Amino acid sequence: MRDALRRDLRTIRWSAWLGWQMESNWTNPLLFLVYSIVKPVFGTFILVFMFVIILGDVATDPVLFSYMYVGNAFYMFVAQVMFGVAYVVQEDRERFKTLKQVYIAPISFFLYVVGRALSKMAVTALAVVITLVFGVMALDVAVDLGQTAWLMFGIGLFIGLACICTIGVALAGVTFLTARHSSGINEGIAGLFYLFCGVVYPITVLPQWAQNIGLAIPITYWLELMRRSLVPSMDFSEMSGLGEYSDLSILLFLTLSSMAFLILSIGIFKYADHLARKKGKLDMNSTY
Amino acid sequence: MRYAIEVDHVTRVFGGKGDKVHAKALDDISLQVDEGELFGLLGPNGAGKTTLIKILATLLLPSEGSVRVLGHDVVKEYNKIRARINMVSGGEISGYGLLTVRENLWMFSQFYGIPPKVARQRMDDLLERFGLLDKADAKVRTISTGQKQKMNVIRGFVTDPDLIYLDEPTLGLDVNASLAIRSFLRKWVKDTPGKTMLLTTHYMVEADELCDRVAIIDQGRILACDSPSNLKRMLKRATTFDIETTAFPGLDSMPSMDGLQGYNSKSVGDRALTRFVVNDEAVISEIISHISSKGGRIIALGKSEATLEDVFIHLVGRGLE
Ligand SMILES: Nc1ncnc2c1ncn2[C@@H]1O[C@H](COP(=O)(O)OP(=O)(O)O)[C@@H](O)[C@H]1O
Ligand SMILES: [Mg+2]
Repeated sequence: MRDALRRDLRTIRWSAWLGWQMESNWTNPLLFLVYSIVKPVFGTFILVFMFVIILGDVATDPVLFSYMYVGNAFYMFVAQVMFGVAYVVQEDRERFKTLKQVYIAPISFFLYVVGRALSKMAVTALAVVITLVFGVMALDVAVDLGQTAWLMFGIGLFIGLACICTIGVALAGVTFLTARHSSGINEGIAGLFYLFCGVVYPITVLPQWAQNIGLAIPITYWLELMRRSLVPSMDFSEMSGLGEYSDLSILLFLTLSSMAFLILSIGIFKYADHLARKKGKLDMNSTY
Repeated sequence: MRYAIEVDHVTRVFGGKGDKVHAKALDDISLQVDEGELFGLLGPNGAGKTTLIKILATLLLPSEGSVRVLGHDVVKEYNKIRARINMVSGGEISGYGLLTVRENLWMFSQFYGIPPKVARQRMDDLLERFGLLDKADAKVRTISTGQKQKMNVIRGFVTDPDLIYLDEPTLGLDVNASLAIRSFLRKWVKDTPGKTMLLTTHYMVEADELCDRVAIIDQGRILACDSPSNLKRMLKRATTFDIETTAFPGLDSMPSMDGLQGYNSKSVGDRALTRFVVNDEAVISEIISHISSKGGRIIALGKSEATLEDVFIHLVGRGLE
């Protein structure tokens, strides 16, 4: 038991290390900064411009603006980890040709991908923080850390990131079976989350059936919790559709739905893994 | 005697009935490899060697039949197998180019839980034996193909496996790199009597020189399985002739003749060197008159020692390459 735990921690440690070597492998640190930070921040600008064009001014609807800004910042984790993790499998398989070697090593491949995802999260976290700081300083996003319920925030952040990570690994499993350009599954799933989870607009603008889908996905509760803890001065309850629930209830929903997604993700990964061995896909080459 | 590998009536099919690809890569194969043995799989491209190795390495499931590796079932008990095996594939350059040689090896040694001190010691030892110490801290993307393949072989051995699979480990390498790898393999087997090695190759010299036993495999079937000397003894009644001729049309399609087991031609410039395995020497005159009737002229003719390739020609009727 203790040996198994030590092996699993070792796996995560060295795959995260490998991931970090790849993420930060820029001969020029400036390029690294540009790539991993400026790019997502510019993505946020697009959103800000759209808001300004439609509503005229950020100050027209500060509650909606903060809602959107914080949601979009945290959604970066979802997008980066999901794109990134599928890329891990493809690159190991086709560029480095190491997938077989890692796969037959006496480690959990699931945890290997978790480690690689962690290094992506670390880079993304930097971008998220910078985006938020910029929002507070230049755009009056009402983040008020003095009022933040840190324990709630910490637990919520952890559960949400863990959940994103496991969904990412499930998609990595699916990537075992798909060629490089033919899938789009990861982009698709990330897009669905964007659509249904109240990222840049509240789910209340969606039809009821779509709201129900949103309410089944942990990301919805996660973003709500992140907003409530970082922007305590604003009241999102009018628009978010989750106003009737206390912080603790939201945390509970986040935990329960995350557990369901964890079980689902492990199931999908295991099945994809089995299919890959059965169909001989572990050293497949995508044809271009 | 325990078996390191037991393959029992294994068939592997790729693609379903309706699919575009439908190939029977392995067709009802059975074999046993003893612990401590250096076992060779010899066969031409597409014979099914890599497919068998993948099944043994827990990368691929058999379609039918059962396989036990180190006493465990490859389908259900792969977790008990993986820590004790490793695999090196030739002909495929692998490794994380932006890590150094040492970092690549280190990461894999840690995935196998090798204690850091032992891992460092082994890495240095192996790097030195392969003459790679001066490249240890070079990024993998900067070293040559031969050096990458040596690193790959080291990656296989740094975990000190009880059973190692080497899939054409010298494929595409220059003579020096091949020699270094071969001599390392020979020494490893001698120095570690309990350890088992399964080697696939289509170089018959490699199989002949290194292996205790060889299975000759073609189109997913095992045609013969024995020690190289016993296999060659199969040819006792057969004789091998090398005939050098000028190139002539129809070189590759000799008519069937009584007493001619098989042949294999290679053209060298405007000449052709053909190896005939015959079990009745009288057929030679018939071969010669066939050659001259097609306009070929004989330059040299000699009788030679049987090799494993001749065994293959004898069994299959054509050459390995
Ligand atoms: N993933 C696969 N999908 C379809 N056919 C395959 C696959 N892998 C191998 N084959 C086929 O199986 C046969 C045996 O291949 P392989 O085991 O690679 O032979 P060898 O290693 O002896 O050259 C070949 O005909 C090959 O085309
Ligand atoms: Mg092969």
